[in-house]
Amino acid sequence: MTLAMTQQPRTDVILEMRGITKTFPGVNALDNVNLVVRQGEIHGVVGENGAGKSTLMKVLSGVYPHGDYSGEIYFQGRECRFRDIADSEKAGIVIIHQELALVPLLSITENIFLGNEPAKSGIIDWHAAFARTRALLKKVGLRESPDTLITDLGVGKQQLVEIAKALSKEVKLLILDEPTASLNESDSDALLALLKEFQNQGISSILISHKLNEILKVADSITVLRDGATVDCLDCHAQKVDEDRIIRSMVGRELADRYPKRSPRIGEPIFEVKDWVVYHKEHADRQLIKGINLNVRKGEIVGIAGLMGSGRTELAMSIFGRSYGQKISGQVLLHGKEIDVSTIDKAMKAGIAYVTEDRKNYGLVLIDDIRRNVTLANLGGVSRNAVIDDGEEQKVAHRYRRDLNIRCSSVFQQTVNLSGGNQQKVVLAKWLFTGPEILILDEPTRGIDVGAKYEIYTIIARLAEEGKGIIVISSEMPELLGISDRIYVMNEGRIVGEMPTKEASQEKIMRAIMKSWNN
Amino acid sequence: MTQQTIAAEEPGHRRSIASFVKSNIREYGMLLSLILIMAFFQYMTNGTLLKPLNLTNLILQNSYIVIMALGMMLIIVAGHIDLSVGSVCGFVGAVAAVLIVKLGYHWLPVTFFCLALGAAIGAVQGYFVAFWKIPSFIVTLAGMLVFKGLALWILAGQSVGPFPVPFQRMASGFLPDAATGVIEAFNLTSFLIGAAVTALVIYFNVRERRAQQAHGLVEEPFAFFLGRNLLVAGGFLLFSYLMASYKGLPNVLIVMFALIVLYAFVTSSMTIGRRIYALGGNEKAARLSGIKTNRLTFYTFTNMGLLAGLAGLIFAARLNTATPKAGLGFELDVIAACFIGGASASGGVGKVVGAVIGAFVMGVMNNGMSILGVGIDLQQMIKGLVLLAAVFLDVYYKNKA
Repeated sequence: MTLAMTQQPRTDVILEMRGITKTFPGVNALDNVNLVVRQGEIHGVVGENGAGKSTLMKVLSGVYPHGDYSGEIYFQGRECRFRDIADSEKAGIVIIHQELALVPLLSITENIFLGNEPAKSGIIDWHAAFARTRALLKKVGLRESPDTLITDLGVGKQQLVEIAKALSKEVKLLILDEPTASLNESDSDALLALLKEFQNQGISSILISHKLNEILKVADSITVLRDGATVDCLDCHAQKVDEDRIIRSMVGRELADRYPKRSPRIGEPIFEVKDWVVYHKEHADRQLIKGINLNVRKGEIVGIAGLMGSGRTELAMSIFGRSYGQKISGQVLLHGKEIDVSTIDKAMKAGIAYVTEDRKNYGLVLIDDIRRNVTLANLGGVSRNAVIDDGEEQKVAHRYRRDLNIRCSSVFQQTVNLSGGNQQKVVLAKWLFTGPEILILDEPTRGIDVGAKYEIYTIIARLAEEGKGIIVISSEMPELLGISDRIYVMNEGRIVGEMPTKEASQEKIMRAIMKSWNN
Repeated sequence: MTQQTIAAEEPGHRRSIASFVKSNIREYGMLLSLILIMAFFQYMTNGTLLKPLNLTNLILQNSYIVIMALGMMLIIVAGHIDLSVGSVCGFVGAVAAVLIVKLGYHWLPVTFFCLALGAAIGAVQGYFVAFWKIPSFIVTLAGMLVFKGLALWILAGQSVGPFPVPFQRMASGFLPDAATGVIEAFNLTSFLIGAAVTALVIYFNVRERRAQQAHGLVEEPFAFFLGRNLLVAGGFLLFSYLMASYKGLPNVLIVMFALIVLYAFVTSSMTIGRRIYALGGNEKAARLSGIKTNRLTFYTFTNMGLLAGLAGLIFAARLNTATPKAGLGFELDVIAACFIGGASASGGVGKVVGAVIGAFVMGVMNNGMSILGVGIDLQQMIKGLVLLAAVFLDVYYKNKA
């Protein structure tokens, strides 16, 4: 009793997690972690992948019930022992996960009140539900009918529905796990503005994000986790906090340079796309790519900048064996000669590789081990007369494990158990083993931590040095400015700007996009 | 985090025996449960189960299930299901009976025609599944109804038979003994073939282990390797001894064994097998890796049709008649065999050998319970529970791992 009295939490603090320790067999996922969120603030939680952010949030939201961890949670001054998510939601803690938990074929209203329907003896009062949905949608600034199916909404709007759903539960503390990972810049900004507005209404939030610039934009304080421990607690109002300061805490070392130094030796153009036109895969009358011309020179890294929805991925996939779209026209030239890219098989044989932006769904067979994933696109390279040579296959896998520094227990480890960065290296290995001349990398560092990003950049730089032509599509402009030699700016299916990186800047890229809209 | 767990469990390269057992419990567990089930019935039936006559019957009774399970395993690995195999089986048998018995065609061309017919049926169903993306459950459910109806129609509701003797031999014949009478009432040729196959299996196992050692990748502790091989060798030799002391090796067994070896090889060592696993594991990733996923799905269904056709011929030949009821419910036994044998309903996982063991688990239980005089009602319930238990254990160990 006396102990509880002496440790009475402060009144301006909405949430205090004390000495949280959570172990999985053989691993300390969280080791004595402390987290203090003040009433009405936006609290950023940052850390590399595997630092323990998600585990901490699972402890907080009751996914790991009381007893599964040690330590105490105080919410609004009372100690809480959540048994499950429903329990924590009742207290007013709502978490919105990175992977949205909406049912695509149900309407906005049905989703918002899923499991929480306004009903009397099991009969749903749809009038009340619609009315409340309208009010909630207004609050989050989403102009859609409550009847709209989730599947008809873009990711940004789906996110808003999730938030509306959280609001419907009378949330006091909103937790957002990587909310902007799949949003474009304007949607991200809108979302952050919304958080600010909630703050004015007295709702506190915890924001977990890899995008440090966003955290810095809105956060009042920041907790940095590393290897399952709290390593830093920064008050953004009391001290000057910038990205480098945070990164230093996150990785525990100075990152002298976030991008590898390179001295590009750029040769003649080897890859050209001419008058490329693509229509939407379902709506045959919607032109998505409207006559694109671009080229890549030997040893050059070409960046493609643009907002989400500008058609970058569609461009890349349509070039790669028409894996996207219909009514595709235009020419693809390699070394000045037109090549046939009408099927994925042919595009690969011609020397093109495409590393997808979505490695879990489109890049890896997660239930298979590293070895099988590495050789999947070029089984011919490890087989004779269609019979796979096990020894040769293992040798290849070992070689890429060493070359790309894939951290794993062995090449027989299932890829589902690898960290994001190592998974990405496996996907890269798969495509390198096809011996491509042109590599198209779509968001090559999405969702991977700072240290692994540097490794990926190094690999990309090395490939360019070997004389391959590389196209990097990225939504992170600093990344494009950091690694590419030349940048194309894309917007609404057109190239709206081209600049050598030396002369480029984020402002210039944005200006090119804005100018194209005004035309 | 999981990565760290594994690293922590594996100091250096040597795995402890305990962790090896843990990670391979599924494969050994399956074989072990088959042996336990056999031992149980051997005891309960006072030794009738492994009597040469009964053992021969066991093989003959289950051959068509095993043969279809080979194809079904590929279908399930590719992420699909085929409910039509029982009906296709019955229909192809009926066509054979009408052509041979009623219309008087020679059995040999009819056999080839019927195999082609089976493949064509599989191809049509595969066409809808692969190129029109209609769920296989629906396409093959339709097929199940259509071919059941067709079989009834062409047989006009009657049983048609008997078949000419050479056709019957396909299912009920035995390998002739080249050394008749060398040992009294013992088919020496059959036994020697059995011994030779045993030697070959051991030889290949040793060679594979050598190759693994050369790459420094031996996972299996030596004691396990030895034990496994002794068990396999002992089982094979005992089996061929028992078969030889009755009528020898059934023709069906030879066909079945050849198919098992062929399919095990294709799935484990050939590029097309690997691609089917990748297709079932993640179709989108497989397609973006240059694999022609539609065509591959089409092939797996065509192959299933071919095997269902073969099973239909064997079944008709065994009964020496084609009946409208032939093939009824086979699809359930075949699918159950695959799931007992470790296939995953979500695709990408499953081994041919597992399907074979699964088929024999079902077969031994059918046979054993029949000998014991267990009623058909109880039999069904027990088989259902065994299927559930097998899959439950699978999920249980996966969650624990």
